[in-house]
Amino acid sequence: MAMKRIGVFICHCGRNIAGTVDVKRVAEEIGKREDVAFSTTYVFMCSQPGQKLIEDSVKKYNLDGVVVANCSPTLHEKTMRNAAARAGLNPYRVEIANIREWAAWPHEDNPDAATRKAIRIINATIEKLKANASLEPIEVPVIRRALVIGGGVAGMQAALDIADSGIETILVEKEATIGGNMFRLSETFPTLDCPQCILTPKMNDVAAHPNIKLYTYSEVEDVEGFMGNFKVKIKKKATFVDWDKCTGCGECLRVCPAHADSEFDLKMAKRTSIYIANEQAVPLKALIDENSCIRLQFEKKVKEGKIKPKKNVKICSKCADVCEPNAIHFQNNEEIVEEEVGAIIVATGYEVMPAEAFPELGGKYPDVITSLQFERLLAPSGPTAGIPRRPSDGKVPESIAFVHCVGSRDPQNGVPYCSRICCMYTIKQAMLVKHAMHDAAVYDFYIDIRSNGKGYEEFYHRAKEEYGVNFIRGKVSKVYKVGDKYRVQGVDTLTGRIVEVDVDMVVLATAAKGSSTVKEIAKKLRIPYDEWGWLKETHLKLKPLETPVGGVFIAGAAQFIKDITDSVSQGSGAAAKVMALLSKPELEKEPLLAKVDPEICAGCGRCKDQCAYDAITIDPVRHVSVVNEALCEGCGACSANCPTTAIQVVNFKKGQVVRAIDVLAEVF
Amino acid sequence: MKYTIKKDPHEDERVQKIIEISGQNIFSCYQCGRCSSGCPMAEFMDVLPNQVFMFLQEGDVDTLLNAKTPWICAACFTCTVRCPVGLDLAAVMEAIRELQLRKNYDYVDPYKVEDREELPPIAMVSNFRKFTP
Ligand SMILES: Cc1cc2nc3c(=O)[nH]c(=O)nc-3n(C[C@H](O)[C@H](O)[C@H](O)COP(=O)(O)OP(=O)(O)OC[C@H]3O[C@@H](n4cnc5c(N)ncnc54)[C@H](O)[C@@H]3O)c2cc1C
Ligand code: SF4
Ligand code: SF4
Ligand code: SF4
Ligand code: SF4
Repeated sequence: MAMKRIGVFICHCGRNIAGTVDVKRVAEEIGKREDVAFSTTYVFMCSQPGQKLIEDSVKKYNLDGVVVANCSPTLHEKTMRNAAARAGLNPYRVEIANIREWAAWPHEDNPDAATRKAIRIINATIEKLKANASLEPIEVPVIRRALVIGGGVAGMQAALDIADSGIETILVEKEATIGGNMFRLSETFPTLDCPQCILTPKMNDVAAHPNIKLYTYSEVEDVEGFMGNFKVKIKKKATFVDWDKCTGCGECLRVCPAHADSEFDLKMAKRTSIYIANEQAVPLKALIDENSCIRLQFEKKVKEGKIKPKKNVKICSKCADVCEPNAIHFQNNEEIVEEEVGAIIVATGYEVMPAEAFPELGGKYPDVITSLQFERLLAPSGPTAGIPRRPSDGKVPESIAFVHCVGSRDPQNGVPYCSRICCMYTIKQAMLVKHAMHDAAVYDFYIDIRSNGKGYEEFYHRAKEEYGVNFIRGKVSKVYKVGDKYRVQGVDTLTGRIVEVDVDMVVLATAAKGSSTVKEIAKKLRIPYDEWGWLKETHLKLKPLETPVGGVFIAGAAQFIKDITDSVSQGSGAAAKVMALLSKPELEKEPLLAKVDPEICAGCGRCKDQCAYDAITIDPVRHVSVVNEALCEGCGACSANCPTTAIQVVNFKKGQVVRAIDVLAEVF
Repeated sequence: MKYTIKKDPHEDERVQKIIEISGQNIFSCYQCGRCSSGCPMAEFMDVLPNQVFMFLQEGDVDTLLNAKTPWICAACFTCTVRCPVGLDLAAVMEAIRELQLRKNYDYVDPYKVEDREELPPIAMVSNFRKFTP
């Protein structure tokens, strides 16, 4: 039954709408409709009196439908629906006509056109609303377990918080240890804490927590399901070592003759082929890198038929020979495990652009490295025990130049944004160089110093006043080799002079980007990301931890590069979101979903092919399409492709949409 | 040194003219200095390339019309290639030269040049170029 007693409420939104649209005229025009029982305007519909106006009017005029003409429905659809529901009207009989973003704002220069357009939009909305059905939300059960992807400081914080609330949490980390990039750092600005000292307690808590199930050296293979009910496949990558037996004694590392670049030290050091990620790794377990192990490479070649093994030849097994608990088996132990969870947090962090990407700044030379690599050289636990040495010849540098904004703020050659943390860590590194080698000369080439955090500006001043760091304002354009030194060619834009300096080492603060694995993982979760690999939040200001996929949250540097303070806060924030979600036994879901009319459906399956959420199956017996309400997101892709209109989204039926378009498409 | 901003530089006619001739939004420069640090002629200039943009952003075209910099610029395009925001500085330098030429500023009469027999022809040619309106 089409509605006959509709109420229309036109919002002024202060001057946002009323400054352009003649709201009085709109109310009058709309009031002339036969199916409209009441039409009025109000200064702020979203205010409490505005909502009260809806409640009172529904009762007073016995309204059977409501249109609120205001801003985008993403902002206040819920507010208005709740107001109507309080007066006893089914909330799905309320529709929003967006006359702010669609009429007032784009036509500020033409109030008359804006007014006519607003009337048109409201008329179209009424046509759509008239055939709306009353609906009840759908209830789906919830699995009270959570998954956190990424074991950096943000992911660990999130896992610990959720686990502390009594919810079982699964933490998946792709590297052989948790800790993330923070564990690589030398000291942390602005307090100069030792990151290993403050992070190991957290890492050990994660490992020992009765509610945390840790999968390191593992990756998420596949995600199925929906908010409250996800099925996740996790791949435990091959380690060739039995971790139940390995005690982490490190005997094997001492005898292994094969080497490769250390992942943890970012190529600033070598490691053996059988290795433990670092000395404080959690879990402290050995694994073999297939690509450099003499034995595994030999076995691979034999398998591929590239070499024929001679009899009685003894191929290397030195590690296994010394391994007391017999943990090393050389067998490919890759394994897929399945877990069911109700909510997911993605905390996959960041990466930095490699120095090689900037040949003009000397990135091709061994002594021109990224700041993250330099962290390893400054770290007391690092390959040079905290006294930086040149990678080329091991010489302790007497002079170092730091270059800010390498690739950052450079839309032509890198990324358009400011990487946000590099000013602070460069200042920190300059100070730490002075700690390690008091007489070293330090030159810091910056464009602007961005020190917007608690204690950050003071930290910068300490570097200037107490540490004797030389700050030069201007972007470096070239670094080239002159004898044993590197010539840095810059400018001081303040004095207006070209500046040159010869140094032993150059450290590039290269731009941060999202984890290179992000595209893959985002596709599996169906969450959006931008061209630089940052995961997209639902609303930058008000929903920074949410994604458009219900039950999937983001935290830490995976959302955008940020410092430790902010990463930890976001980890805790996302954990709170997950706990709130999992605290209910059942979840309510919008009932605006696809529905099949089995009388019409021919079972052609076109809808099934279009559904991005795998919500449709074709019933093999009745040969008609069936929608899984829990999976359907109500996007409408199926209905747009159905040749018979058998499948339609509730309250977006073809007649409703076509009538609305007819109104909108009349000659203006 | 003191410079009084008399009107919004965005509204300044000569700044607008330079924007029009060069096709460059000079206001997008954020003073990183990379043009200057890479410019092969910068050490001979009286106003550095990045400063050219600051003078323009402050609406001080007079200083630029009196500067040697636009004539020292070799139009090598190094700055243009390196500018992070994609400004074509070489084109802006040319626009300033144009503005100067259209005013017949720095007028030279070739017949009054002493030793003109000994001058390299290119010097004369560039001199004539200054006559073009
Ligand atoms: C040179 C440098 C110096 C810095 N110094 C400081 C400082 O002094 N103070 C400060 O506050 N901040 C500093 N920072 C910033 C600090 O490193 C970050 O704030 C912090 O590491 C962010 O933590 P995170 O957990 O969000 O990300 P990360 O530390 O990047 O952790 C992400 C984790 O997720 C894992 N992962 C990625 N993809 C996947 C996947 N698909 N599946 C499973 N796991 C995955 C990664 O292996 C990693 O362990 C510095 C940064 C740099 C580059
Ligand atoms: S077999 Fe063991 S000791 Fe030999 S190369 Fe491989 S990992 Fe190293
Ligand atoms: S934080 Fe500093 S160094 Fe990093 S991009 Fe921003 S301004 Fe440049
Ligand atoms: S509306 Fe259709 S296509 Fe979209 S999720 Fe639901 S069933 Fe799938
Ligand atoms: S390189 Fe470009 S942005 Fe940087 S100072 Fe020069 S003109 Fe401005």
